[in-house]
Amino acid sequence: MTAIRYQDRTYDCAPGETVLDCLTAGGVTVPSSCRAGVCQSCLMRAEEGEVPAAAQAGLKPTLAAQGYFLACSCRPQTPLTVALPDAERLRMAAEVVSIEPLNADIVAVKLKPSQQLAYRAGQFIRLYKDDDQSRCYSLASVPELDDHLEIHVRAVPGGQVSGWVHRELRAGDAVEIADSSGLCFYVDDRPQQPLLLLGTGSGLAPLYGILRDALNQGHRGPVWLYHGSTTPQGLYRTRELAALAERHPHFHYVRCVSEGEVPEGFRPGTPLDAALADHPVLDGWRVFLCGHPELVRKGRMEAFLAGASMADIHADPFVPSGGGLAAAA
Amino acid sequence: MSLYDQIGGDAAVNAAVDIFYRKVLRDDRISRFFTGVDMERQAAKQKAFLTMAFGGPNNYSGLDMRRGHAHLVAQGLNDSHFDAVVENLGATLKELNVPDSLIAQVAAIAETTRNDVLGK
Ligand SMILES: Cc1cc2nc3c(=O)[nH]c(=O)nc-3n(C[C@H](O)[C@H](O)[C@H](O)COP(=O)(O)OP(=O)(O)OC[C@H]3O[C@@H](n4cnc5c(N)ncnc54)[C@H](O)[C@@H]3O)c2cc1C
Ligand code: HEM
Ligand code: FES
Repeated sequence: MTAIRYQDRTYDCAPGETVLDCLTAGGVTVPSSCRAGVCQSCLMRAEEGEVPAAAQAGLKPTLAAQGYFLACSCRPQTPLTVALPDAERLRMAAEVVSIEPLNADIVAVKLKPSQQLAYRAGQFIRLYKDDDQSRCYSLASVPELDDHLEIHVRAVPGGQVSGWVHRELRAGDAVEIADSSGLCFYVDDRPQQPLLLLGTGSGLAPLYGILRDALNQGHRGPVWLYHGSTTPQGLYRTRELAALAERHPHFHYVRCVSEGEVPEGFRPGTPLDAALADHPVLDGWRVFLCGHPELVRKGRMEAFLAGASMADIHADPFVPSGGGLAAAA
Repeated sequence: MSLYDQIGGDAAVNAAVDIFYRKVLRDDRISRFFTGVDMERQAAKQKAFLTMAFGGPNNYSGLDMRRGHAHLVAQGLNDSHFDAVVENLGATLKELNVPDSLIAQVAAIAETTRNDVLGK
């Protein structure tokens, strides 16, 4: 018998029995469909213990790296502690270190969590305004490079949480956050691969983190960042990014403006238009898409049709709350 | 050796899924059935589809196929769409240099699901 821990209870897994069958027999509801390791409905995460390789076959490297596995294909040899991917994550206190404007609509908030937070640049945390109101914000910081967590919050008109961040939150305040999650981050398994980073508005936050993470980990293939907004004033961190491009000749930074006058040095249209015009064939590329849900949806499809493999397309649509999805998707 | 193993098993499914799904999305006859839904989940389902068509391990029943496609039948899914899917499947396997004799067996497996998929 192998012990499976799930939500503070232990279930005995018989030799050859799957985690799915074991938990289901114990009365736990685990979503499943094909029971053959293909549909990924039964995705779970190992918080402790080793998962057999067969239970991660076909998963994206980003998922496998975080201990995700398919419960229907997992016949554990050694004890495991497991969780469902959408289970409410641990909440913790954090101190607001600083709040700085990035442009007229977006502020950078630096946070110091009360406990060590293991995360990858590009993942997102949940920020709590109070017990009922929380929203996801992507991490622009890189654990190896930055002392604090950094998020970029755009003021959404009438926005509960973003409005509170912009109007009320001050350096020194105590807030609550929940652990990082999300699959939009850099994995250093193919350092020669060309990377395409594409986003609008505060969608730059995860891309800014992923970019610096990739460069810091010695990524050698070309890296192209397309950041777009309706106006030039909507872009930010332009000096920092231009400096990075100067320092790393294989990093290319393209600023896109989709409305009105397009000044010298900017590209007209959306970042997706500009990227596809420059790179009509994306065979072998890894693609990161963040920000406006419609741009992300369209970008995913276009990047795939241009030749990028599904497993190489990572996307974070900044979907408004209410659906409460995205975290697990 | 089973058909699934002759084609190349899980590795063949992985190689086929991008090619097949790209063909389906580019095929004006059927792309509309595949666009609305989340692409990644959709791709996982294409994998399930290919595994099944290759004669690989699955636990789908005819009833599952009926339920799984009922919303598409309501949107007008018919024999011509079914034929288009089988055609794209064959073209995918050809691109992967699978011999014609095996492609014919795959088409025959797909054919056994026609009535369930189309809710007949
Ligand atoms: C995975 C993920 C990562 C995210 N990362 C970031 C990030 O890094 N930076 C960031 O600024 N935001 C990010 N978001 C969006 C963020 O979580 C909130 O949805 C956003 O801040 C709005 O919350 P609110 O409470 O201010 O607005 P709400 O009170 O929830 O909404 C107020 C009104 O505005 C509408 N609305 C909400 N969002 C938008 C929008 N984007 N555009 C137009 N109308 C909208 C709502 O439908 C509602 O009518 C992310 C979302 C997800 C799911
Ligand atoms: C050729 C025989 C076919 C087989 C064996 C088959 C098999 C499958 C399987 C196994 C799934 C996954 C079900 C799940 O786990 O949820 C699926 C889903 C799907 N199939 Fe088919 N299919 C066939 C034909 C078709 C045709 C002709 C169309 C449309 C033109 C189609 C469109 C879809 C769509 C859109 C889904 C996803 C539905 C959803 O979003 O839930 N299929 N199919
Ligand atoms: S139930 Fe389909 S992968 Fe596990």
